Amino acid sequence: MRKLGLLAAALGLTLAACGGTTTTATTGGEGTTAPVAGKSRLNVVKERGKLICGVDGGIPGFSFVDESGKYSGLDVDVCKAVAAAVLGDPEAVEYRRLDSTERFTALAGGEVDMLSRNTTWTINRDTQVGLEFAPTTFYDGQGMMVRKNSGIDGLEDFEGKAVCVETGTTTELNLTDQMRKLGVNFEPVVFQDADAAYAAYDEGRCEGMTSDKSQLVARRSTLPNPDDHILLEVTMSKEPLGPVTVNNDSAWYDVVKWVTFGLFQAEEFGITSANIDTFKGSNDPNIARFLGEEGTLGTDMGLNNDFMYAVVKNVGNYGEIYDRNVGADSQFKLERGQNALWTDGGLMYAPPFR
Amino acid sequence: MAHDSSDRGFDLKAMLRDERFWKIAFQVITLVVVILLLSFFLGNLNRNMIQQGKTFGFGFLRNPAGFSIGESAIKYRPNDPYWRALGVGLGNTLTLVTAGIALTTLVGVAAGIASFSKNWLLYKISRAYVGLVRNIPLLLQLFFWYFAIYGTLPKPENQIHFFDLAYFNNRGVYIPWPGTAVLALLGIAALGVGAIAAYYLWRWRTNIRIDRGTGGLPQTLALASLGLGLLLFLTLGMKWTIPHGVEGGGVTGGLRLSREYVAALSALVFYTSAFVAEIVRAGIQSVTKGQWEAARSLGLQPGLVMRLVVFPQAMRVIIPPMNSEYMNLTKNSSLAFAIAFPEIYSVATTTYNQTGRPVEVFLILMATYLILCLIITLVMNQLNRAVQFKER
Amino acid sequence: MTPVTPNSFASGPPALIGLGPIAWAKKNLFSDWFNSLLTLIIVAIFSWGLWRLGSWALTMAQWPVIPNNFGLFMTGTYPPALYARIWVLLAIICALAGLSWGVLARNVSILFSRNVRLGLAAIGAFIVLFPPTRPSALKLLPLVALVAAMAAVGRQGGRRFPGVGKWISLAWFLSYFVALWLIGGGLGLTRVSTNDWGGLLLTLLAAISGIALCFPLGLLLALGRRSALPVVRWLSTAYIEVVRGVPLVAFLFMGQVMIPLFLPVGSRPDRVLRAVIALALFSAAYLAENVRAGLQAVPRGQREAAMSLGLNTPLTLGLIVLPQALKIAIPAIVGQFISLFQDTTLLSIVGLAELLGIGRSVLANPAYLGRYAEVYLFLAVIYWVFCYAMALGSRKLEEKLNTER
Repeated sequence: MRKLGLLAAALGLTLAACGGTTTTATTGGEGTTAPVAGKSRLNVVKERGKLICGVDGGIPGFSFVDESGKYSGLDVDVCKAVAAAVLGDPEAVEYRRLDSTERFTALAGGEVDMLSRNTTWTINRDTQVGLEFAPTTFYDGQGMMVRKNSGIDGLEDFEGKAVCVETGTTTELNLTDQMRKLGVNFEPVVFQDADAAYAAYDEGRCEGMTSDKSQLVARRSTLPNPDDHILLEVTMSKEPLGPVTVNNDSAWYDVVKWVTFGLFQAEEFGITSANIDTFKGSNDPNIARFLGEEGTLGTDMGLNNDFMYAVVKNVGNYGEIYDRNVGADSQFKLERGQNALWTDGGLMYAPPFR
Repeated sequence: MAHDSSDRGFDLKAMLRDERFWKIAFQVITLVVVILLLSFFLGNLNRNMIQQGKTFGFGFLRNPAGFSIGESAIKYRPNDPYWRALGVGLGNTLTLVTAGIALTTLVGVAAGIASFSKNWLLYKISRAYVGLVRNIPLLLQLFFWYFAIYGTLPKPENQIHFFDLAYFNNRGVYIPWPGTAVLALLGIAALGVGAIAAYYLWRWRTNIRIDRGTGGLPQTLALASLGLGLLLFLTLGMKWTIPHGVEGGGVTGGLRLSREYVAALSALVFYTSAFVAEIVRAGIQSVTKGQWEAARSLGLQPGLVMRLVVFPQAMRVIIPPMNSEYMNLTKNSSLAFAIAFPEIYSVATTTYNQTGRPVEVFLILMATYLILCLIITLVMNQLNRAVQFKER
Repeated sequence: MTPVTPNSFASGPPALIGLGPIAWAKKNLFSDWFNSLLTLIIVAIFSWGLWRLGSWALTMAQWPVIPNNFGLFMTGTYPPALYARIWVLLAIICALAGLSWGVLARNVSILFSRNVRLGLAAIGAFIVLFPPTRPSALKLLPLVALVAAMAAVGRQGGRRFPGVGKWISLAWFLSYFVALWLIGGGLGLTRVSTNDWGGLLLTLLAAISGIALCFPLGLLLALGRRSALPVVRWLSTAYIEVVRGVPLVAFLFMGQVMIPLFLPVGSRPDRVLRAVIALALFSAAYLAENVRAGLQAVPRGQREAAMSLGLNTPLTLGLIVLPQALKIAIPAIVGQFISLFQDTTLLSIVGLAELLGIGRSVLANPAYLGRYAEVYLFLAVIYWVFCYAMALGSRKLEEKLNTER
């Protein structure tokens, strides 16, 4: 009798312990609230006073941790822009590192408010996985880096050669598809870790290195002799990367979408974080509307009317973000290319703010 | 009536006091709790999957995989189905694990015995090796072998070779190998038969020696001729392919062990061997001092003391914990994906990435490793039975 | 089993007394041709390796990546404004460690023997000479002093109140919750999200939580596997064997991806917690085997004696068998903790910013791209120091417990 009592008590204790753990599960993770029916993320973020943004955390130029422990990069600046628009404070962001296997479940489960994490816009993800893609903030494509003196001019020269692959969700598939099309037999050496992949390429394990072109350029600048390596004139895939929100929450999606557009528009207007105050009281009605001095563009979305002022003042326009993180002012010196404004021959184009 | 009811009450009390009842009741309660928990979890799983628009099933295994794999023991093309891709991964895991177990046994036993060496330097190094390797995570050691050791080998253009028998460059290691897989298996089988025959010959010889007290020269001759025959068969009877360096870099012929494979193998072998060395050391120490002294007083050489008297006794202590070390090696082989070796965990995560089916992929992984571990345990249990004390 | 060390032929460093260096070398390094050859080969390989490593470390390596990111390696992205809380936690742990040391060593004649003094001096000198970051290095010195002082206090206290050991165990137990409170905040302190827990802090926390949380389950499983009730035995055995047959990395993968699938729709526990749950479920099976080995080592007579005193099964287990079994199992449990500590490197694969994970983040900083060798070597040294210290500590503890028995 007593034996059973004790054992039952022990069992109960374990169950209670389990119960205890699950309670901490829901309370411990601050802001891991499940999506509340009928309530937009926008209100959730406002009430919380903090934006939870899913990032990768280990991509040079896009998201990494600097010496002071702060997240930096192009993807991170997009998070900051949204936080500045919604909360007025670019630092009111909590970053959550997500790897590619769990990013969508984390977004769908409400663990993060938005993803700003090198996510390629595809029809399947848009329609089947249940995501909404905000405008592309970086047009990328899978490329191939080789040594200049290797005598390789195109993918067809890879017969019997090795290619180092930084694994992604589609990187191996694109490479395999291209090689199959050409009928080339090659040896893929697939790494999970980017550092390992580039280190292996650097010391000659592979003749080629494939990844997104932005990454190839960024990493090339850190190889011992950057000029010894070239990118082949081949693009194996289109990789439009941009912020992502969850389906069926158009109020929140609109905010993320138009803040992103606003970054392009500010550059088009020539408004920067340095000169924005000179645009105050502008006679141009377009600029006045953009900065919230006329009309109700902001309040219609549920934001402050001068939300773009807060964004540009704190984070800068798209050109500034680009230059600071990957472009002319960074060590990568990436050309704008497709990422230039449409007026400069690029693809960055914002619909009218009216 | 009244009597009847009180009787019933008495029954209940007696039942409550009866330990047998409680034994059964407790088991039933445990079973019910476990079933409830399981159904709670599985119900949630079902609801979650319905919400994500998926249905449980392994049908996806028949879809084409679409990705290529660097090395494979079986034929594989990118448009083969997923199950074949996973099979390639399993094959790679098996080659890694079998070679790993064989080499770990050799290196671990050697390192364990080295800690009893008369040579001060060897003794110190054996201890330092164990102290260093056991306390650094395997993941870091994998990187060390891949980059700091095999990464510093020369490029194929200036590869180094060992008497034209083995070639080394930063793509991998090239060794002689019987031409086909069938021949390789035949060779291994011949070696095995030879070893068994040699063992029985040796036992026979020892028995004769014990009975008559004289040496068994004819048996030694028999052993030698057996060995010679085996050697002749291995060299002439099989179509060895020997690697040849190609002008300007590269190697033809022989068996290519990719750099990923040798690095993973080295890291696993040296990591696990440190644990095996400690097991061997403890095993040898467990042999009582009297055994050493008795053997030496019979005039046996130090090497023979170890081989004939101490080690066979130490085996009894050594074999049981070796089982878990072999299992650890098998499970740790999953970390080889970090240095790009396409073993089954690596292929499985790619499969999961492409298909978005965590539950099915995890079940496949779990079943695979469980079966591998089960096989190891069965073999080790057989071995254990063979070396245990035969009480007479 | 009493390990008998065979005489000088077998083990232990050879005696150095009465031999000149040449004679010593002749005896221990060049006793015959085989040994001489061995010595020469070893020396050649060793000096070549050391030379390679040394020339790399001194000429090619670029070390600034370590001191510049030291804070990150230790605590990840933990807000620097709240570092004071980590220091307080460190002080508590140092004080407790000193106390425990003192109490355990209460019967030793000299607490600060020559070796201990040398060790403390070496640590102090190391802190002064190789300051990780100047301002915080100075805070480390008082901590070392604190350990020493508390050891002295603990020794005195331990002599005066023999029962003090129990209270120290309790204090360690409570310190875990204090640590969680200090790190995570709440109850009057600013909350710090688990996203910002990282580096060595997260590594240690995950390993300790993994061991601590798996204890109840592991104990029940061990008892269950030795139970006379078939259903309980089968279930426990099945759990233990299945979990022990699966690699940890697959288990963590399950923790990150599948735990949310097994919970009611929409609930997603915190990621750190998910990883810790997976670690705990995993190590429970191993702990169960360690405890089972301990249970088997308790002589049958103990159980029979307890039964004959009229104790029922739970009381026999709780008061007589388990305490002895756990004591026997302590070295194995420490060993398991060490391997769990090493296994936390796998958390980086599932995206947590523990020591290796934050290392990868640092390596993605454009200023430090390609410095992987320096970072990984530094991490290896950290892991080695911790694991080796724990192994050493466990050996001392084992000796201690052996003499008391």
